[in-house]
Amino acid sequence: MSNRYIGKSIKRVEDKRFITGKGKYTDDMVLPQQTYAHIVRSPYAHALVKKIDISAALAIEGVVAVFTGDDIRNAGINGVPCGWQVNFKDGTTMKEPSHPLLVGTGDTIKHLGDAVAVVIAEDRNIAADAADAVEVDYEVKNAISNPFEAVQAGATPVHPEVAPNNIAFDWTLGNPRDEVDAAIAASHHVTTLDFINQRVIPNAIEPRVAIGHYDTTSEKYTLYTSTQNPHLIRLMMSAFVLGIPEHKVRVVGPDVGGGFGSKIFHYTEEALVVWASKQIERPVKWTSERSEAFMTDAHGRDHVTKAEMGFDKDGNVMALRVKTYANLGAYLSLFAPAVPTYLHGTLLQGLYTTPKINIDLVGVFTHTNAVDAYRGAGRPEATYLLERLMDLGALEMGMDPADLRFRNFIPPFDGVTQPGYQTQVALQYDSGNYEGVLKRGLEMLDYKGFREDQKEALKNGKLLGVGFSTYVEACGIAPSAVVGSLGARAGLYESAQVRVQPTGKVSVYTGSHSHGQGHETTFVQIVADKFGIPMEDVELIHGDSDTVAFGMGTYGSRSLAVGGSAIMKSIDKILEKGAKIAAHKLEANIDDLEFNEGKWTVKGTDKSISFGDVSLTAYVPHVYPEGLEPGLDFSSFYDPANFTYPFGCHIAVVEIDPETGKVKLKRFLAVDDVGNVINPMIVDGQIHGGLAQGIGQALFEGAIYDDNGQLINGSYMDYCMPRADDLPMFEIDRTVTPCPHNPLGVKGAGEAGCIGSTPAVVNAVIDALWSGGHQVKDILMPLTPERVWRAMQ
Amino acid sequence: MGVKINVTVNGKAYSHDVEPRTLLVHYLRDTLLLTGTHVGCDTSSCGACTIHVDGIAAKSCTMLAVQADDCEITTIEGMAKGSDMHPLQEGFKECHGLQCGFCTPGMIMSSADLLSKNPNPTEDEIRHALEGNFCRCTGYHNIVRAVQYAAEKMAVEV
Repeated sequence: MSNRYIGKSIKRVEDKRFITGKGKYTDDMVLPQQTYAHIVRSPYAHALVKKIDISAALAIEGVVAVFTGDDIRNAGINGVPCGWQVNFKDGTTMKEPSHPLLVGTGDTIKHLGDAVAVVIAEDRNIAADAADAVEVDYEVKNAISNPFEAVQAGATPVHPEVAPNNIAFDWTLGNPRDEVDAAIAASHHVTTLDFINQRVIPNAIEPRVAIGHYDTTSEKYTLYTSTQNPHLIRLMMSAFVLGIPEHKVRVVGPDVGGGFGSKIFHYTEEALVVWASKQIERPVKWTSERSEAFMTDAHGRDHVTKAEMGFDKDGNVMALRVKTYANLGAYLSLFAPAVPTYLHGTLLQGLYTTPKINIDLVGVFTHTNAVDAYRGAGRPEATYLLERLMDLGALEMGMDPADLRFRNFIPPFDGVTQPGYQTQVALQYDSGNYEGVLKRGLEMLDYKGFREDQKEALKNGKLLGVGFSTYVEACGIAPSAVVGSLGARAGLYESAQVRVQPTGKVSVYTGSHSHGQGHETTFVQIVADKFGIPMEDVELIHGDSDTVAFGMGTYGSRSLAVGGSAIMKSIDKILEKGAKIAAHKLEANIDDLEFNEGKWTVKGTDKSISFGDVSLTAYVPHVYPEGLEPGLDFSSFYDPANFTYPFGCHIAVVEIDPETGKVKLKRFLAVDDVGNVINPMIVDGQIHGGLAQGIGQALFEGAIYDDNGQLINGSYMDYCMPRADDLPMFEIDRTVTPCPHNPLGVKGAGEAGCIGSTPAVVNAVIDALWSGGHQVKDILMPLTPERVWRAMQ
Repeated sequence: MGVKINVTVNGKAYSHDVEPRTLLVHYLRDTLLLTGTHVGCDTSSCGACTIHVDGIAAKSCTMLAVQADDCEITTIEGMAKGSDMHPLQEGFKECHGLQCGFCTPGMIMSSADLLSKNPNPTEDEIRHALEGNFCRCTGYHNIVRAVQYAAEKMAVEV
């Protein structure tokens, strides 16, 4: 042990390569004899493919091959699978349509950008030219894009054979519906919101890239891909799609330029380039264009919801009743069914003592791109629903929104001396101090001062508003046995190998994957401190299925809580064995040793042996404990006992220009509790980024599909994302309530910013409008100037 | 048919035949193997491909390679002097101005352009100057701080 690194804002190890232009992203790789793929995509959302003519494309010089959906079908290749099964309330199996790599003749296009053919050529320009020369004869049909409309009688079915009513599953959770109905009916006041949590597009700045390489000598397949979880891709692709032996497949996720969920899923293009490479016996690279990313990277959110919250006369929440139509898109993406259900319905307790809760949810197919986990995944939707109801309820009842929350908070519990909190919606929270974050937030805001400023501003014709959001979320989905019982088709543990080299240098292999989170720094801080050695002596290796044991990757804010805990298990094994070697060398009893500052010392003496000397002894075992194996190298798998539950308080202060309806975000405050913190600088950065995405949903972002299923804002010219001059400097702080059930006491920080921030902004706008006498309940996100202005008229 | 161009990139002279439709960013990445300059979009909106052409920031996805004939180009790979980082590179590391690193080269090149014109920018001026560069990871907070760090450092160096 040493205390040099943990808890300190160590500058990132990985930065050097990125600031000098030496990062190695998938598109930076060029393999010998590499070819370039361009995919022919449907310009329609719903159409019958009557004919695909590739003759003109094949005639272009430099074209190597063209494959169509017919070739894929003839090769007997399956579609990409879904990884989570949510059955109907009555036990009927989830409706699960096939998602083919390419759509063939006689089959049907299900969404804009559905792929028909892949053209492979000597360079990217030839591939693009030849893709233009592929002639596809489509019979265009009516499309449906709104999930509520899709379940009405007579709506066009997306998958007539599989789900004629467009319903993939229906689902309920919580107290019996009739009990909740009765509690709502008995309430003194009911706040109701009919709203849309709009579809947003993740937009990692690095577009997806995949290079498939079949090596004819070793008969091995390699896939380089911009992914958040290489092993999961390998398993899905080899076992379920291509039917090739897993041990002959290597998947590498090198430097990845942001994921935010969108790079979790196994995409059709990954299997396509691997299969095509085998056919042409050359590497095949596909690089998504941004317009393709808009059409095919899995989207997020997209709920149509009615939510009602019942209060007694003192403002105590008595019941919550929710009905949601969740748009799943045309195909079921990897985790799609889990997002609106087990990552959304289970969070509807929020941080309140609400005694009766029920959600009734319908998962719906539409002629749109797949919807799956996007930063927060279900938890932002739950938080938005709850926190809009709390602030609106306070306005309607003439109560203070902060007081209303204090009245309803679950009292503090540490999960050690006090038990976890059992919710009405299946979860048991690990530890929390919800009053603490709101108190700190109000201090930072100077709440009293703000209300005076608000009155003063109104006198000058300005509309100022404050919005609150207090949230709890769930990270590190686990344990595997529980998620399996809920429909997961995978475990959700993590692997770690800690390999001490003979010279005492340490290689750490993690199944987690870093695509901006800073694992190469944070994880190394832990290992270096636990062994009492310099960080320079520790290297983190991740992202390559050939070097790292099977791991589950990075999403759901799980890396440190799950992957870090797996590393801790291996560290413990190393130190236990190291102590045996040290005791033997020191001719001491193992119980008389202590390990500190990188050496084992016989207590009360100056006799010691360093970590490096023990390492060398393990590999040169001349003087060595009898019966002990040589080497100092341990693998571990960690399957958590429970989710972790970070929480926090986000506060937005906005000013509305009454002339134009433009919202200016004047301040944004966040007090998050993510448990123990290894690197405060990195955690702050994670919060900042999440805030920008959550604020983006509130004010700027939203995918717009028209009635024909056309994505009418599918480019950066049309889809508005926050830019530098749209955001203020963030004011952030944290409280620390350790997780009681993992060895580091950490909870996860990747999604918190995105989960809490969206309703705070919308609540602030509504507060500003009410302060000016406009008693508006809701405005459809994003809160564009036009929508805010119209709401004021 | 290729068109011959002569360019100086990061102080080194190159002469190549290029297809007239080749974008400058693809010439830099594919021919010169300078892969620090990234492509993030197809509408000249994201700024990941920002470089300097004759000392001025330009989006290299919006120029043809042939338009760079006889120009002096600086890319991210040309910003450090040996092992001495440019103050902006240092600032991005010190202030945690990057996470995934994909937008970072473009951010640094745009920021360098700003500081060459305005050595002591306000926060608003920094945010305005960087509005052509998307970052999806940092919320821009630490990028602004990184540019402020570099401005202070460069003022001391002068």
